[in-house]
Amino acid sequence: MSLLELDDVKVHFPVKRGILFDRTVGHVYAVDGVSLSVTAGQTYGLVGESGCGKTTLGRAVLRLTDITSGSVVFDGTDLAQLPEEEMRRARRRLQMVFQDPLGSLNPRQNIESILAEGMAAHGIGADRAERRERIKEILTKVGLPHSALSRYPHEFSGGQRQRIGIARALVLQPDVIICDEPVSALDVSIQAQVINLLEELQESEGLTYLVIAHDLAVVRHISDVIGVMYLGSLVEEAPSDALYAEPRHPYTRALMSAVPVPDPEVEDRRERILLRGDLPSPASPPAGCRFHTRCPWRQPTRCDTERPALADIGGGHRVACHWAAEIADGSLRPTSELAPPVLVDTGTDGEPGTDPGAGEDTDPGTERKETAAGTPA
Amino acid sequence: MSPQPPLLSVEDLTVTFTGRGRTDVRAVSGVSFDVAQGQVTGLVGESGCGKSVTSLALMGLLPKKGVTVGGHAYFDGTDLLGLGREQLRDLRGSKLAMIFQDPLSSLNPVIPIGLQVTEILTRHRGLRGDAARKEAALLLERVGIPDPTRRLKEYPHQLSGGMRQRALIAMAVACAPRLLIADEPTTALDVTIQAQILELLKELVDQQGTALLMITHDMGVVAGLCDRVNVLYAGKVVEAAERKPLFAAPTHPYAHGLLGSIPRLDAPRGEPLNPIRGSIQDTIAWSEGCAFAPRCDFYSERCLSGTPELTEPHTAGHRVRCVHPVAPPSKEGADR
Amino acid sequence: MSTKTAKIDRLAELTAQRESAGGASLWTEALRRLRSSKMAIIGAVVIGVFVLLAIVGPWIAPYNPLQQWRGEVFINQNIFVGSRSENWLGLDHLGRDQLSRMLVGARQTLLVGVVATLLGFTVGALIGGLSGAALAFGGKTGQRIDTAVMRFIDMVLALPSLLLAVSIAAIMGQSLTTVMIAVGVVQIPVFARLLRGSMLAQAGSDYVLAARSLGVRRRRIVTAHVLPNSLGPVIVQATLALATAIIEAAALSYLGLGNPDAAQPEWGVMLVQAQPYFDHAPMMALYPALGIIITALGFTLLGEAMREALDPKLRS
Repeated sequence: MSLLELDDVKVHFPVKRGILFDRTVGHVYAVDGVSLSVTAGQTYGLVGESGCGKTTLGRAVLRLTDITSGSVVFDGTDLAQLPEEEMRRARRRLQMVFQDPLGSLNPRQNIESILAEGMAAHGIGADRAERRERIKEILTKVGLPHSALSRYPHEFSGGQRQRIGIARALVLQPDVIICDEPVSALDVSIQAQVINLLEELQESEGLTYLVIAHDLAVVRHISDVIGVMYLGSLVEEAPSDALYAEPRHPYTRALMSAVPVPDPEVEDRRERILLRGDLPSPASPPAGCRFHTRCPWRQPTRCDTERPALADIGGGHRVACHWAAEIADGSLRPTSELAPPVLVDTGTDGEPGTDPGAGEDTDPGTERKETAAGTPA
Repeated sequence: MSPQPPLLSVEDLTVTFTGRGRTDVRAVSGVSFDVAQGQVTGLVGESGCGKSVTSLALMGLLPKKGVTVGGHAYFDGTDLLGLGREQLRDLRGSKLAMIFQDPLSSLNPVIPIGLQVTEILTRHRGLRGDAARKEAALLLERVGIPDPTRRLKEYPHQLSGGMRQRALIAMAVACAPRLLIADEPTTALDVTIQAQILELLKELVDQQGTALLMITHDMGVVAGLCDRVNVLYAGKVVEAAERKPLFAAPTHPYAHGLLGSIPRLDAPRGEPLNPIRGSIQDTIAWSEGCAFAPRCDFYSERCLSGTPELTEPHTAGHRVRCVHPVAPPSKEGADR
Repeated sequence: MSTKTAKIDRLAELTAQRESAGGASLWTEALRRLRSSKMAIIGAVVIGVFVLLAIVGPWIAPYNPLQQWRGEVFINQNIFVGSRSENWLGLDHLGRDQLSRMLVGARQTLLVGVVATLLGFTVGALIGGLSGAALAFGGKTGQRIDTAVMRFIDMVLALPSLLLAVSIAAIMGQSLTTVMIAVGVVQIPVFARLLRGSMLAQAGSDYVLAARSLGVRRRRIVTAHVLPNSLGPVIVQATLALATAIIEAAALSYLGLGNPDAAQPEWGVMLVQAQPYFDHAPMMALYPALGIIITALGFTLLGEAMREALDPKLRS
């Protein structure tokens, strides 16, 4: 049963300019038509690189940014249509954990005051004593000592601060927690603590998560379903294991091949799909498939004119690529012209990329550039 | 392996910060490691382990006031730590170069990229005018910046993060340095861009024979790039080994725990992670015992009897600073 | 079992040092750091002495500041004799005791500085605070209110401050109150701009976003989160503004728009009066000038120290 259902959600930020009064001169298409559904009790992982709109989407669900169009149906009500005050009250059931554990805690509040704030806003707990009891209970759950109550955020370590952030969401007994990069600001050895805590809490509290992260390994570890975002829209969505076993979208493949694995044996065997160039600006996204400017499998037709829809290919696997089937069965190879060798670039706005599969035709180019650059005199 | 002496040999490097009215903080306490010619040497650790301070000390970039640096760092025969300011400045940028985590703040925001590159060429290679400009364009092209002549006129903010890092690498390799120190060069970048930059660094090492000292917290990057790895914890090397033995049989409980706690892309979902408990702040002074003891699963009284020595408990060349080294995995030959 | 607890105890003991006294709020922390800052101590001592003089000055002054020893002063083209051994700092051009005038004048000087700054601070913070809150949390209407208010403030800010003060003084006529109002009004846009900017920065911070996501009401977000965290730079500005206010008041006096009661000593006025005789009696200008400079320096030092102490980035 889906608890949270997004349908064609768009968030466009106006770009304003003006001397005395601001005029809208364009839009940043931060989120441009995302539809997805999160099943109760499960974890939906949203992955993508900076600028893909994943954070904006997470905030849009809570209406922390205005939704331009589309609907966010939570447990039967469309949050996008709720009046301000009702939305405020609805936030008790939808909570958020932030990336920066220190920045998201008011430095002037002690922990008790931080944790009591949401309860006060929603009228939970009759008095201070009752709230304190509840807070102590939650502190135990997230693995913090009760002595934390009178302390201030700057007195804690990064991992502990993130526990405070989780506790703050948890005291309101929410149904859904949106975790925006919950571990990326933490040290590697601490990340696992927080990931395990999130998993334990999901089990014991029956929580539903929407986890937003750039780290595919983390997302794969905790998610039931993963959605891959690129430039404001979903390019692929699949159950976690299926996505890893059979990534269908060229971007997903490139992303996966770029994630370093802490194992030399794996690293030495891996084939990297190096993308060329940078992310285009979300203020002027490319026509057609948004990924076509960097796609090693780009075809002369359709890719630059027709925007592919997210199509179901069975088994809950959805992919937005015109040529997904052909790429999967191997009848389409990455074009060599679009997969130039490492040190040469033929693109106009891009950075070089390479594909080991492109093989021999790339070698002369590499050689030429190397001799041209030469060793300094 | 080869009788060739290492290009850089760091011996017992110690960096102490002496704050006004504060207790002294020893950021690096007796770090020793070698960087071999044409190889990639990794310095791995989490925040606060002293890896960045080590690199800054080697480059002579630490402030003079309030910092005490001890030990030796023999680079091609000369002790970097004993050099005067002028000598060090001549060395930096020519034989010794460094790239940083944040490419934007490492570039001067008000000077075009081109001028920043030609400045180095003028200073260290005596190139001027058109010759310098031509060489600068070649350098940019070589690190994969398209349309280099146009880019030379642009300012740092006009370039993307990946491009800036490339520009920085171009400046670093302008004089074909023998040693390149890279301090978290890809941490601020997206994974697909990170892959591009790592590939570029690999190429430089392979084709130019530059030695690379790679400072990072990412075990994945280490696994793909480094030949030899030094794991730092609380300002000391706790484990040093060739890449494959280290990952096959991490022997210090910290390295062992760290590798066990990282979620892996190729691991099946739902496999539980084994985190290291506590945080970097739960530490004790090395003079008392092992700094990792408060977080260690193998902790015993023996851990508190002074600083443990670096030993080779299981295989030659795999050095570990621990009195309770983790046994290698049972299947034989994992080290090979 | 017991060895294990012993082991844990030993570890706990070793890691305990940093666990010491917890629960220090940001303000407590800032105060602690302020106390250990040399800059702050010097600043505070200077200000303390100044305030003390302002309070007890009239009682410890050796003479009536208005008493004249006319006969002791002789002025002509190139001679200025204004010394009587009993007057340690000499006499002024009218034969009045300089030391007494300095001591008595401290009060006026402080009054002008404090009242003017307080005026600028209060009105400025009120305007800036409302404007900032409206922009950050007031939706479309709020944006319009903010734009209107800020354009007006910009206009005021665009006028040279001294010109503004002169105009106000000219309109309201000469009096001590005028000086204070004129100097204070000049400060309003600075404070307003500063608090508004500081509030906007805080409004965009993660913890405000977190409070919104918790479902905290807007009014509470502004009063409990945004305002307290925005005040730091404004308070620092206030200490710096005190120094400026004293100097501006002196400048107004210099232009003849100061307190018309020239008999009432005030350092700025004294400096102005010394100007025609600077060639022959530089000491007459030196004392009030030194007084102003040292006091201004005291406030500046304390302000700088406060800024450092309040900067969360510099916290240990």
